[in-house]
Amino acid sequence: MISDDLLGNDAHWAFGTDFEDPLAGVDTTVPDGVDPASLARYCLMLGDDALVLSQRLSEWCSRAPDLEEDIALANVALDLLGQARLLLARAAAADPSVVPALPDDSPVPAEDALAFFRSPAEFRNVTMAELPNGDFAEAITRLLLLSTCRLAEFESMAAHPDAVLAAVAAKGRKELAYHRDFAARWFVTLARGTAESRRRVLDALDGLWAFWPELDAPAGVEVVLDQVFAAADVSRPEVAPARGLGRECVHTEALTDLLAEMQSVARAHPRGLW
Amino acid sequence: MTVTETELAEHFEATVARGDRIEPRDWMPEAYRKTLIRQIAQHAHSEIIGMQPEGNWISRAPSLRRKAILLAKVQDEAGHGLYLYSACETLGTARRELTEKLLSGKQKYSSIFNYPTPSYADVGTIGWLVDGAAICNQVPLCRTSFGPYGRAMIRICKEESFHQRQGYELLMTMMRGTEEQRAMVQESVDRFWWPALMMFGPPDDASPHTGQSMAWGIKRNTNDELRQKFVDMTVPQARALGVTLPDPELRWNSERRAHDFGEPDWDEFWAVVEGNGPCNAERLDRRRRAHEDGAWVRDAAVAFAEEGAR
Ligand SMILES: [Fe+2]
Ligand SMILES: [Fe+2]
Repeated sequence: MISDDLLGNDAHWAFGTDFEDPLAGVDTTVPDGVDPASLARYCLMLGDDALVLSQRLSEWCSRAPDLEEDIALANVALDLLGQARLLLARAAAADPSVVPALPDDSPVPAEDALAFFRSPAEFRNVTMAELPNGDFAEAITRLLLLSTCRLAEFESMAAHPDAVLAAVAAKGRKELAYHRDFAARWFVTLARGTAESRRRVLDALDGLWAFWPELDAPAGVEVVLDQVFAAADVSRPEVAPARGLGRECVHTEALTDLLAEMQSVARAHPRGLW
Repeated sequence: MTVTETELAEHFEATVARGDRIEPRDWMPEAYRKTLIRQIAQHAHSEIIGMQPEGNWISRAPSLRRKAILLAKVQDEAGHGLYLYSACETLGTARRELTEKLLSGKQKYSSIFNYPTPSYADVGTIGWLVDGAAICNQVPLCRTSFGPYGRAMIRICKEESFHQRQGYELLMTMMRGTEEQRAMVQESVDRFWWPALMMFGPPDDASPHTGQSMAWGIKRNTNDELRQKFVDMTVPQARALGVTLPDPELRWNSERRAHDFGEPDWDEFWAVVEGNGPCNAERLDRRRRAHEDGAWVRDAAVAFAEEGAR
């Protein structure tokens, strides 16, 4: 019966090894011509974007407008969390000096040291990822803007000289294309749904657009976005850019709160095994 | 010649007696349909409300690996709710109606989810004991007489058994950690043991529907049989884990070849069922708020689909 295999030492759980050490068995030697410190910084930027946005999206869990959206938002959060784990582990392997110092006998793996033991002033995510959650229109619009940019970034990253990063990009591209399509579909639906949904999505876009310049969108992104806007019958807002300096580790209070919550259990048990 | 109601009923009884499945298009007695709707809906609601007690820890999971496991688990529960609502829809009741009945308190969900989760160890304990008890209840339902329900249960049981293993593995890992972590595990098991035993429902002599449900093949074992099975399978697991189950009367009975155990506090059970558990109001409030906050989104989707259809 079911109980027996619970005690057994069976390493082959049906969900595979997805949840295990993200870079287990991977050669993490930094190739010649790549500066380990700047590689690590780049990985932290993209890893922190994913981690912080994933945290925001998972706040939707059990609160979404319907079961299908609950499942979809959790899916996106899970994909981003997976990307964050790979990127943080890559950063740590490339340049161990980015990992916060913990006692020698600490059982905390590098990915967790980076996620749970850095202060807000050491995070490199863009401001848009950390903003507190608004309504569903805000979640969709934020996901549309961030996933469109991130997809373009990953497409060029697939040719990165670092093989680890190139592999992360190849895997992540498919996920991000799904995230963008999901967000774009809902963006159009809301923009053309009811008067109320249109008002909400326009408000969300106005609020988020100030943080758009900080994303420093790769070439081609605005073309894609303009197509979505055209389908939604929405024009680009005219909003003065906010002074977003997330890449320079300057953050809003929202990130402080987010991290205080996220890190609370890990920090209460620095020698804990999980 | 018209087929009489009696002939239909005979055909139905014979199908159930052979252990074959009843499918949505088949004739079925009205009471059978009603009982099934009540049971499947209650099960679906339990999956959805059950997302909350553990979901509250997603934001604070102490490692990224645990965060991923927990998020995936809670998402699975939403999926279970979805399959079960679909199974219920084959009986002619829309998800919307069922949601309204949940929110108005007309339909119940499993009382276990009205207990709080103040510690991260509760994530492990819920996986081990609550998903474990759910499996004991549900494995026999894979052979239930109504086809869509039985097939949903097969899929669900597979995932519940991953959940149980993941929960148990979390507790095992914590037991290898610090003294404080071991104390957390024991404290959590102390809180969840009795509520987990109550998940099998009231004792057989206080369970009025059991006889009919068993005759219809909707239920396959009595509450007390399943409770016994659960205790017998859990005791060795607790020993391997290194925790004590909080029941002084718990001991092996070599004559019965089963464990004797104490009586759960049935007054507490009925109080929680009646809505007076520690978190009843909170759980329903959260669901109600999500439902109300999402109304404009669902309306927008309908309006957009209608625009497309024109
Ligand atoms: Fe479930
Ligand atoms: Fe489960």
